[in-house]
Amino acid sequence: MTTSSSKQIDPAFLKSIEGKQSLSKIWVGSLIILLVLGLVALVYQIVKGHEVTGMRDNVVWGVYIINFIFFVGLSYSGAFISGILHFFETPWKNAVMRIVEIVTVLSLVVGPIFILLCIGRLDRLHYLFIYPRIQSPITWDVIAIITDLIGCFIYLYLTFIPDFAILRDKEDLEVSDKRKNIYRFLAMNYQDTPEQRAILKKITRTMSAMIIAMAIVAYTVLAWIFSLTLQPGWNSTIFAPYFIIAGLYSGVGFIIICMYLVRKYMHLEHYIRKIHFVGAGIVLLVMSLLFGYFTFSEYFQRWFSHKIHDMNLLDTLFDEYFLEFVLANYIGVLVPVVILFFKRLRTIKSITFAAVIAVLGLWLNRYLIVVPTLETPYLPIQDTRPEFLHYTATWVEWALTLAGVAGFCLMFTLLLRFVPAIPISEMMEGQNKKNNGHRAKKADS
Amino acid sequence: MKKENSKNEQNRRKFLQLGLLSGMTALAGNSLIQSLQDDASADSEDSGEKVRVLTPDGKMVEVDAASLNKYPEAHIPPAEARKGIPNKKFVMVIDLAKCKNARKCVEACQRGHKLDYHEEFMKVQLIQNNDASEPYWFPKPCFHCEEPPCVTVCPTGATFRREDNIVLVDNNRCIGCKFCITSCPYSARQFNWSHKEKFDDESTPYSPETGVPGQEGTVIKCDFCPDLLRQGKLPYCASSCPMGVIYFGDKNEDLVTNGEETVRFSQLINDRGGYRHLEHLGTKPNVYYLPAVNRQFPLERGFDVEEEVIERYKEVPYVQEMKKKGKI
Repeated sequence: MTTSSSKQIDPAFLKSIEGKQSLSKIWVGSLIILLVLGLVALVYQIVKGHEVTGMRDNVVWGVYIINFIFFVGLSYSGAFISGILHFFETPWKNAVMRIVEIVTVLSLVVGPIFILLCIGRLDRLHYLFIYPRIQSPITWDVIAIITDLIGCFIYLYLTFIPDFAILRDKEDLEVSDKRKNIYRFLAMNYQDTPEQRAILKKITRTMSAMIIAMAIVAYTVLAWIFSLTLQPGWNSTIFAPYFIIAGLYSGVGFIIICMYLVRKYMHLEHYIRKIHFVGAGIVLLVMSLLFGYFTFSEYFQRWFSHKIHDMNLLDTLFDEYFLEFVLANYIGVLVPVVILFFKRLRTIKSITFAAVIAVLGLWLNRYLIVVPTLETPYLPIQDTRPEFLHYTATWVEWALTLAGVAGFCLMFTLLLRFVPAIPISEMMEGQNKKNNGHRAKKADS
Repeated sequence: MKKENSKNEQNRRKFLQLGLLSGMTALAGNSLIQSLQDDASADSEDSGEKVRVLTPDGKMVEVDAASLNKYPEAHIPPAEARKGIPNKKFVMVIDLAKCKNARKCVEACQRGHKLDYHEEFMKVQLIQNNDASEPYWFPKPCFHCEEPPCVTVCPTGATFRREDNIVLVDNNRCIGCKFCITSCPYSARQFNWSHKEKFDDESTPYSPETGVPGQEGTVIKCDFCPDLLRQGKLPYCASSCPMGVIYFGDKNEDLVTNGEETVRFSQLINDRGGYRHLEHLGTKPNVYYLPAVNRQFPLERGFDVEEEVIERYKEVPYVQEMKKKGKI
């Protein structure tokens, strides 16, 4: 069966796997340069200590933890979306499924690296396991993220198995023997028999439900790291759901951006179509409205009840961070809402633009949650050293941030060289169905 | 210097009278610092010789002679430091009516804990409650809360609360995640952001009770000077204050002293309207404040400090006004 259907595989899928695309040299080269820069910054930070960052006694967490929340948020929402797509067997899932899964796992690999960067004694990291205190939200977070990571890896792998089998069986695939052997090993003797297919489907479905739960738990615990403290800007009952919505908002936006790039540079225009962008765009619209609603509730309540310490925080936000506040919480919400609300404005490019605004706005929103709160403690900071009064990220932190993004992009690129960007097996199934008279295409649109 | 010594001696004697003398002190000689230096290189090989000693809770035990600490303060290893001094519930009372920002507490604390100029376990803040009231000087140590948020969130148990009310940091255990710093509502905690030369000075073995030598990438804070308490002395801040602002003592005995007068803790709090800062947060601090009423010194007296320190208070409206009038 596999040999007969292999003829139907679109060469566009396999081009990148066979390494026939040329664009990547400059791309990969510049990513590696960024990574090397990050490595230099890392060594510098390890040698000189955390003094080389902008973090000081009041703002003890800076850009690193913001990146951590941001990337883990992407991962969490990826898991959530992918789980939903799979569990409810959404018709157009095939086009975006693989991208979502890869985003999920890669951001969960990159995210925790950032939390490691703000740990003072990396040499004692194992103390988390030697002297664990289960009462600490950090311990919950460690458990949740490790569980989530393992769960996502298993899930991702399960969805890859049929494709590995196809790549293994496709004899005219122009890759090295070594690579073929890897495919053979990873396919785990999957022959696509009805029995195997049923088992795989059942396991994947169970797993997809589980990673939704794991993602919610992981991101809730992350929100608790902030909301369980007594700090005025963090001690909020809505923080866990707020974080989950915010994560979904950035996640959907990020997936749209990835869809756009993959579509453009891997020439998959035929498979990732406008219908997918519009579908994802509407999800983004819903998320932007929800996110705006939560943001409004959060700040409106603080402003209206005007407890003294809440007001101090709002003063900081509207005074020193006014521009950032407008960019994150007005522009970052309203621009996507306007673009996505009107049917006429929904083009692939405009939807991607809205997604870019959403993702950048959300990063800034995280910044405003972390930094101004730490700059406005209960007891006023009375100090003369400017770096203790205001946090400004140093080149080391920016270099490592860019390196994290570059690392993500590099892994994404390399992974797409190894596996197809669109699940071939699922696509073929769709085609077969169509050939058999099923109106899969109609359901698709 | 001599005068200061005799004053400390006096403080100490008064404190001893309170019964804060621990069993460890019985082992100790008198010239503390001298013998500390002499015995710094003492090693701990098994000697085979057994010695009978009295433990702090009154039991007679036999131990190997080599495992006896020769320091007068008795070096308290991390495991021991977690237990605390038996039958004590330490408490501090700060009389805001007497504070004039002399900063002697800050300086003595820095000397005692080998801190740098800007590292302050005791901070003197200028606080204004409302527009109608004048600001007041507010010395702020760690509050050693009974429900310390910092201890709850620590993932490794590096910071802990002892039986005697003291919240300490074990710098050997701290991984530097800084969660405790963000969860402390009183900004009592600080971080060693880089390596410092003083960390290399290993003349005294590390103990969470002294916090020296410090370690890069770990958290530090006010510790109520348990090493001094074991010797029956007052913490550095309390014994150094020329105004007797800081009272320290034991809740179990219901007595606190500032080195000059010894008073009933409960009576002091009740008679003078003692309160705890940000009581509504529910952390239950063990540092109490007596309100800044009937002040002994005008507020301006507190500006008789170096320029850098005055600059710290520039955000306070009162200071801005004073500056405009050219009074500061």
